[in-house]
Formats: sequence, structure tokens, C-alpha cells
Amino acid sequence: MIEIFNFGITFGKGTPNEVKALDNINLTIDDGSFVVVLGTNGSGKSTLLNGLAGNFFPDTGTILLDGINITRWPEHKRASLIGRVFQNPFSGTAPDMSIAENLSLAARRGQSRGFGPALHRVNRKLFYEKIRILNMGLEDRLDNPIGKLSGGQRQALTLLMATWQMPRLLLLDEHTAALDPKTATKVIQLTADIIRRDRLTTLMVTHSMQQAVAMGDRLIMMHNGRVAYDFRGVEKQRLKAGDLLALFDDIRRIELIDTGVAVMLEKNYV
Amino acid sequence: MTLLIGSLTIGLILALLALGIFIGFKIFNFPDITAEGSVTFGAAIAASLIASGISPLAATLIAFVGGALAGTVTGILHTRFNINGLLSGILVMTALYSVNLHVMGKSNVPLLNDTTLITDFEQMSGFLFSSNGLLNLGGWMVLASDLAVLCCVFLLVVVVAFLLFLFFRTNLGTAMRATGNNDQMIRALGVNTRSMIVLGLALSNGLIALSGAFLAQYQGFADVQMGIGMLVWGLASVIIGEALIAKSSPGFLIIGAIMGSVIFRLLVAIALRWGMNPNDLKLITAVFVFIALILPVLLAKIKIGRTNSKIA
Repeated sequence: MIEIFNFGITFGKGTPNEVKALDNINLTIDDGSFVVVLGTNGSGKSTLLNGLAGNFFPDTGTILLDGINITRWPEHKRASLIGRVFQNPFSGTAPDMSIAENLSLAARRGQSRGFGPALHRVNRKLFYEKIRILNMGLEDRLDNPIGKLSGGQRQALTLLMATWQMPRLLLLDEHTAALDPKTATKVIQLTADIIRRDRLTTLMVTHSMQQAVAMGDRLIMMHNGRVAYDFRGVEKQRLKAGDLLALFDDIRRIELIDTGVAVMLEKNYV
Repeated sequence: MTLLIGSLTIGLILALLALGIFIGFKIFNFPDITAEGSVTFGAAIAASLIASGISPLAATLIAFVGGALAGTVTGILHTRFNINGLLSGILVMTALYSVNLHVMGKSNVPLLNDTTLITDFEQMSGFLFSSNGLLNLGGWMVLASDLAVLCCVFLLVVVVAFLLFLFFRTNLGTAMRATGNNDQMIRALGVNTRSMIVLGLALSNGLIALSGAFLAQYQGFADVQMGIGMLVWGLASVIIGEALIAKSSPGFLIIGAIMGSVIFRLLVAIALRWGMNPNDLKLITAVFVFIALILPVLLAKIKIGRTNSKIA
């Protein structure tokens, strides 16, 4: 279970570019829950994910993961509990290293790394079996550098790597946004399969209404660094893409009023 | 022939330096300038300790540790204090100049009458070739002791290279390579990239200091100036080796760096033999590295140009 209390971060504090990226977020995510995160650009969804992963320390607030306070844990330490797939397919794998070497790195997530050989017969066989399931013909290219693969193949492998050691929390940051529609569908299918199979607690950021409606058992919509809407259970199941678009329109309308008011104030007083 | 054997021996000793530079530049993509200081540091430690009567083997090992410490300092400056990589190296290199003077107590420590690892290697000639005098090597007369030193140094480099090769195949070694290849990814897989960089630079500068220690024993003195230009030298070896091997796996790059070092040394020996002014050596080295750097890109461009014109 993830508990987030009063989670807040302001970037560029004291400069003209000051942005309150996360504004006192309070969120509890149950074990095995699959949360879809929606939001406009700059609403704080990626910041929320990065904050959970430990890319930065928050100004305020606490994160508890299974009751452990991980707020001050650095990124690499949190990685023992958290699996991650990035938006950029090139971010999640080491391009000059072979598929097998990349997998061996993932297979030791959260474990000590000593002078044992990274690759040996036993784990190579395991890698072969596990990536055969991807059905991408990669099992015969274990020794090829990963940089030679397509973005979709790399993203599928990153997903496999992030979930190799079962994470307590899986973070997916628009992980299909950079893929062509056909590959994206394939990766999304794989995502759904793995999450269902391992009952992973997941936070998935997406821009696709289709994915947001079809996947997950809970949906939160963020705006201006806050959770604007939170749907779960039956409510989430009933949501249609149209409903979500309407909510986006609502948010936009509120913003228009804000800017309209600002223009009026400027005219009258400046 | 004596010249050839001498060049090969120095080429192999400097191959240790090339391996150190290979770790910094190729594995971590880290422009580590510390090398210029740590090669002298290794030489200074080994020479001073040997001159003060400590066993040459212990002195050489301590030189390795000293270099590793220098690398650690550079790594810590970079990772803990967020100082630019190039600048952290420059800081440590500059500081080492004074440290080296303190270690040696003067600017030059001669080792002419001391027992060193190299004189130990010379003693091996009786055992290796059952001769202590001149040997007939395919018509060339060479000193058996020179040949013995060459063989021992070759063996040493092979052992170090093989250990390094094995290291890069361990879990720790792969994590280190991944740190240089994609640090975001390896952090997300739970590796402390800062520690990896510190550890890698320690290993790198340890090898560079080891090279310095052997160089001092081979040439019979340590000098506070001997590090100047060593970085470009090592880089040249790595780049030549890479161009020769044309493969990017660490095993091949290690072999390439060693070959590059030996070949580069031979080229320099030939150039000097032809009457090149020794003062021009560093200039020529720099130009040579420049050519080696741009050549692969140029060749690729010419290739593409040709295929394009064929299509047209």
C-alpha cells in the first residue's frame, strides 16, 4: 500500500519561473490497485511519478510504502521496491549492452552486485524462456546489443525488466506515447497481462483516453498539481472516453475564466 | 633490435595506462584528466619506497593503491560536490603535482643501483633462456635480460587485461558499464551510480599509477614532469585500438587498447629513428590523435558518398 501525505514540491522557488508542481497531494493506493493518471500538460502527473521514484526530494510531505517511510530514500534505494518504465523507449535500457546483459542487470534489482558472473548458463536459459513469451523473436538475439532493436521492442523489454523482480509499486510514465499505434497496442496488452498476472500495484500516466477508460480499476485526473477528480470501482468502470473529454473541457473552461479575469484586471489596473 | 625490444616493453608498460584511460573514457564516458597526475604519483611512490629500501613488489602495489586513492578523490569531487568531471580531474591533477614533490622530496628520484621489479625480471633471463649474455634472435643479437623483461611485462599485461576482462563480466562490472551507458536506467534498477563512478575512477587511476610505477622502474628514475602528455598518449592508444578492432564489446576494446599502445610506441620509435626532433613529439602526438578521431567519421562519409553516387 502506498500512502502519500501533504506531498508538495515547488520548482524554481524565488525566481520568476516558480512553479508549484505538486500542491499538497494526499493519496492512498491499495495493494494490487491499478491507477490510471490523467491530466493536462503541466498538471503534475509526471512530477508525481518522478517524486515517487525519488528523482527529487519533496518540499513537504511523506511517502509510506507498505508502512516504510521512503520520503528521504535516494532513487537507487527506492528502486529495490519500485519498478519503472519511462516515456522514452531509449531510457530504460543500456543500448551498447546485449539483451542478456540488460536482463541480468534487471534480475538483480534491489540485490547486491558482487563478483559473481553476470551471465551463466542457468540465467541465460531463464532469459530465453521469458523473452520467448514476448513473441518478438528476441530470444535468439540474446547477445545482440539492445540499441539495435526498435523502440517497441525496447519498451517491451523495459517492461519485462521493470517487473522481473516483482516490484511493490510499478510506475509507467506514458510508456507507449512514443510508439506507433500498432506497437503501442501490443505493449499495452503486455502491460495489462503482466499487471494482472502479478497483481501489481501500478500507477500509469497516459494521454490516451482509450487506455484510460479500458485499463485500471481507478482513475485520477490531475490539474495544477492537485488531484482534481478521483474515480474508483463501479464509477471508474462506467466512465466513457466522452465523460473524460467533458471533464477536460470543464478544466479548460475554468482556466479560460482565470485568464479572462487576469486580462480584465490588467486592463483596469495596469 | 634492441630499440624494437625497448619500444615494445615501454608500449606494454604504457598499455596499463591505456587500460586505465579506457575505463574512464570508454566505460564511463568521463573525461578524467587525473591520469597526468596519477601516473607520476605511481612513479613517485614506487621510486621513493624502493629507494628507501622497501621491497619493489610492495612498493608497486602501494603505488596502485595510491593511484586508486587519487581516482577516488576525483570521483568524490564529481559525485558528492557536483563539480564538473573535467574540472574535478584538473583539481586533483594540479594538487598531485605538489603531493608528488612531497612524496619524492625533490623533483627526481634515481633508481639506478636499486633492486626493482625490472631488475628482478632481468634476473629471470637465466631461467627463461638459460643465458645471461647475448642471444641470437633470428640473426639479431639481443640481450637476454632485455628479452626477459619484455616477456615478463607482456605476461603482466596479459594477466591484468584478463582480470579486467573478467571483472567487466561480473555483476558489479556490468553495473559499472551500464552506469556509463545509461545512468538513468541503472539507477532505476537500484544501482548507486555515484559509487560506481568513484569505484571505476579508483580502478582506472590505480592502473595508471601501476603503469607509472613500472615506467619509473624501467627507465630507472621517477620525475615530477613525467606525467605531461600521458593522457593524450593513453587516448591515442585507446582510439587506435578501437579503430583497429572495430568492435565495441569490452573484451575487444581491452585488446585494442593494448595493441594501440604498442603500435603507437613503435610508430614513435620509428619517427624518432628517422630523425624527428624529440621536441615535436607531443605536437605530433596531438595531431595524430586528431587524425585518429576524425578518420572513422571521414571514412564513413566517403562510403556513404560512394553508395549514393552508385544509386544515382
